[in-house]
Amino acid sequence: MSGPIRIQPGETFTLNVGPQHPATHGVLRVKMEMDGEYIVKAETVLGYIHRMHELMGENRPYPKVLPNLSRLDYLGAMGYTHGHVLAVERAAGIEVPERAEYIRVITVELNRVASHLFWFGAFVMDLGGFTPLMYALQDREHILDALEGITGSRLTYCYFRFGGLCNDIDDEFIARTRALIPRMRKSLKKYEALVTGNIIFRKRLEEIGPISPEMCRKYGATGPVARGSGIDFDIRKNEPYSVYPEFDFDVPVYHECDSMARYKVRMDEMEQSLRIIEQGLDKLPDGPIMPKRKPKLIKPPKGDYYQAVETARGSFGIRLVSDGTKNAYRFKLRSPTYSNMSLFDEACEGMMIMDALALMGSLDLVIPEIDR
Amino acid sequence: MSLTIFNTVMAVVIAIAFAAANAAYLVWAERRGAGRIQRRPGPNVNGPFGLLQPPADGIKLMTKQLMIPAGADKALFMVAPVLAMAPAIVSFVTIPFSDTIVAHSMNIGVLMIFAFASLGTMAILLAGWGSRNKYGVMASVRAVSQNISYEIPMLITVITIVMMTGTMDLKEIVTAQSGGLLNWNIVPSLSSPLMPVAFLIFFICSLAETNRAPFDLGEAEAELVAGFHMEYGSMGFGLFFMGEYANIVIGASLITILFLGGWGCPLGLYPGVWWFLLKIYLVIFTFIWIRWTFPRTTIYGLLNLSWKILIPISLFNLLLTAGLLKVF
Repeated sequence: MSGPIRIQPGETFTLNVGPQHPATHGVLRVKMEMDGEYIVKAETVLGYIHRMHELMGENRPYPKVLPNLSRLDYLGAMGYTHGHVLAVERAAGIEVPERAEYIRVITVELNRVASHLFWFGAFVMDLGGFTPLMYALQDREHILDALEGITGSRLTYCYFRFGGLCNDIDDEFIARTRALIPRMRKSLKKYEALVTGNIIFRKRLEEIGPISPEMCRKYGATGPVARGSGIDFDIRKNEPYSVYPEFDFDVPVYHECDSMARYKVRMDEMEQSLRIIEQGLDKLPDGPIMPKRKPKLIKPPKGDYYQAVETARGSFGIRLVSDGTKNAYRFKLRSPTYSNMSLFDEACEGMMIMDALALMGSLDLVIPEIDR
Repeated sequence: MSLTIFNTVMAVVIAIAFAAANAAYLVWAERRGAGRIQRRPGPNVNGPFGLLQPPADGIKLMTKQLMIPAGADKALFMVAPVLAMAPAIVSFVTIPFSDTIVAHSMNIGVLMIFAFASLGTMAILLAGWGSRNKYGVMASVRAVSQNISYEIPMLITVITIVMMTGTMDLKEIVTAQSGGLLNWNIVPSLSSPLMPVAFLIFFICSLAETNRAPFDLGEAEAELVAGFHMEYGSMGFGLFFMGEYANIVIGASLITILFLGGWGCPLGLYPGVWWFLLKIYLVIFTFIWIRWTFPRTTIYGLLNLSWKILIPISLFNLLLTAGLLKVF
C-alpha cells in the first residue's frame, strides 16, 4: 500500500465490483480483469449471503419450512412459496380447492408485477436515470398495500398453506385489485413514453449485451432472459401447473438477444400478468379455501418429487426426496437467478464496464436467491 | 487610489459571496426540483420550504472528520477540492450582471473564463489520481477525455460569436445584443443563419463541461460508485459539490451572456440585472430538469457525439459565418 496505482499500456488490472457495489444490488462480487474500460475476464464470486435454506428444509418438518421459501427472493416471494406448496401437495397427495388455486394465481401474478416494477426502476437507475424508480415504486406500493391486506406482510409472504391458504380474500382486496389494473395499464403507457422511447436509453440497450440462445441453453437460463433470446419457454405454458391452463395469456418472446429484448419481455409480461389477474377475478369460484380432509401430520410417501413453477425471474424447481418421515430426506432448490447469473462471466467478456453492468441489470438479479 | 482598491476588493468579495450562496442554495433547488419531478416533497423540514437545509448540511459536513485513505497522495488529495471550487468562484469576477454591476471588467473576459473552466478538469484528474482508488482513476480518465472533446466545439462556437461581435469583452458582447429579442445571438441573422444550432451545441457542451447528467460519467454512481470523489468525505466532498453548482451558474451565465442577450429584456424594455438573474435561473432549471429526466450516456456515445457531430457542425458554422461576414 504505497504509491499511487500505475496502469501501464497493455497491462490489465483487477477491479473488484462488489461485494458492496451499487450495481450488484446486493452482496455479489464480480472480480473483473480490466484493460482500461474493457473487461478482459470476469469471475463471479458467490456465497456472501448463503443461509443454508436447503439444509433447513431437510432438518425440520414440512410446515416449518414454509416461511423459508419467501426469504429466497424478497421481491417475488409469492411465486417461490407457490412452488413449495405445490411440490409438497404433489408428494403428500393433498387436494386443493379450486378457489384457493385461483387466489394463489392472482396473488402470484400481482407479486410478479410488483417484482417487475421494482426491477424496472432499479434497471433504469443502473443506467443513470433516477426518476423512473420513484414512479415504479409508487405503483408497486398499491400492489403491496393490496397484498398486505390479505397476507399481513409486504415482502416475505407466508400466505399459502399445504392444501390452500391461511385466509380468504375480502371485498376490499378485490376492489383494490380491480382499481389497480387500469391504473397499472396507464402507468405502463407512461413508462413507454418516458423510458422506452428515450434515445439515450435505446442507444444503451439496443444491440448491447448479446446473449445467444446457445448460451442460454448452455447455462440453463430461463425466464425473461431466455425469452429475450428467442427461446419460447414458460413453465406456465410448457408444463402447466395450478389453474394456469384455464387462463388466456401470451408469452412474450423477442429474438433480438440484446438487453433491450429482455427489457421488453418484462414490460410485456406485466401487461400479460394484468390480463391473468383480470380473468382470475372474473372467474373466481366460490367455495372453501382449505380442503375438508387434510392429514394432520404431513408425511409424504417414499419417493422422489419435482415441481417447477415460473417465477418472476425464471423457472424455479423444487426436488423433494421423501423417506416417509415428517422431514424431507433431500430438499433441493433450483433457483433461476443462479443459472442466469452464471452466463454473465462469458457474456461480458470484451465489453465496456458500463455496458456490462447494464447487461447485469437486465438479468434481474436478486442475490439472496442465488446464494439461498 | 485607496478607494478604488477598496471598491475592487468589495466587488470581488460580493462576487464570491454570490457564487458561494448560489452554490449552497442550488443544492437545495436541485433537491426540491428533483422532488417535484419524482412526486415527493424533497427537503422540507428545516425552516420554511426546507430553506435551512444548506446551512445544516454545511455544518454537518464541516464537523465530520476528513479521512485521507492509506497510500493516497496527500498533497494532491488536499489540493483537488480547492481546485474544484476556486476557479469557478474566480470566474465570477468578470461576469457582468448588468451594465453597471460587474466586479472587474476585462477586455479578455471570455478567454479568462474558459481558462479557469479548464482548471476544473485538473481538480477531477487530481482527485481521482490522488485518492489511490481504481474507480477514481477510471473516472478521472473519463472526465479528462470528456472535457477535452467538449471544450473544442464549445470554443469554436465562442469564436463564432467573438467574430460576429469583434470583441472578447463580455460586457460588449451583451451591448451588441441590446434592443430586444431579435438582436440576440440565438436568433439567426443574415451573417450567421446557424445560430440556433450553435446555441444547442453550446448548451450540450455546457452540460458536459459541468459534468452534469446525462454526461456525468466522472461520477457515474452505477458503475464507478461515485467516481473521482469516492474517497472524499467531510468538506472535501462539500467543496466538490459546491464547485459543481458554481460551475453550473458560470455555464448558465455564459449561455445568457453569449446567446440570450445578457441583461436585456426580450422586448427592449427596462434592461437590468433582474432579466439577467431570471434568464440564468431559467437555464439552471433546464439543467436540473434534464438531469432528472434522462439516463446517462456511455463514454463512447459521448465521445462520438462530440467528435462526429458537434465538432464538424460547429466548424461548418464557423466557416459559414466567416464567409458571410465577409460578404455582408
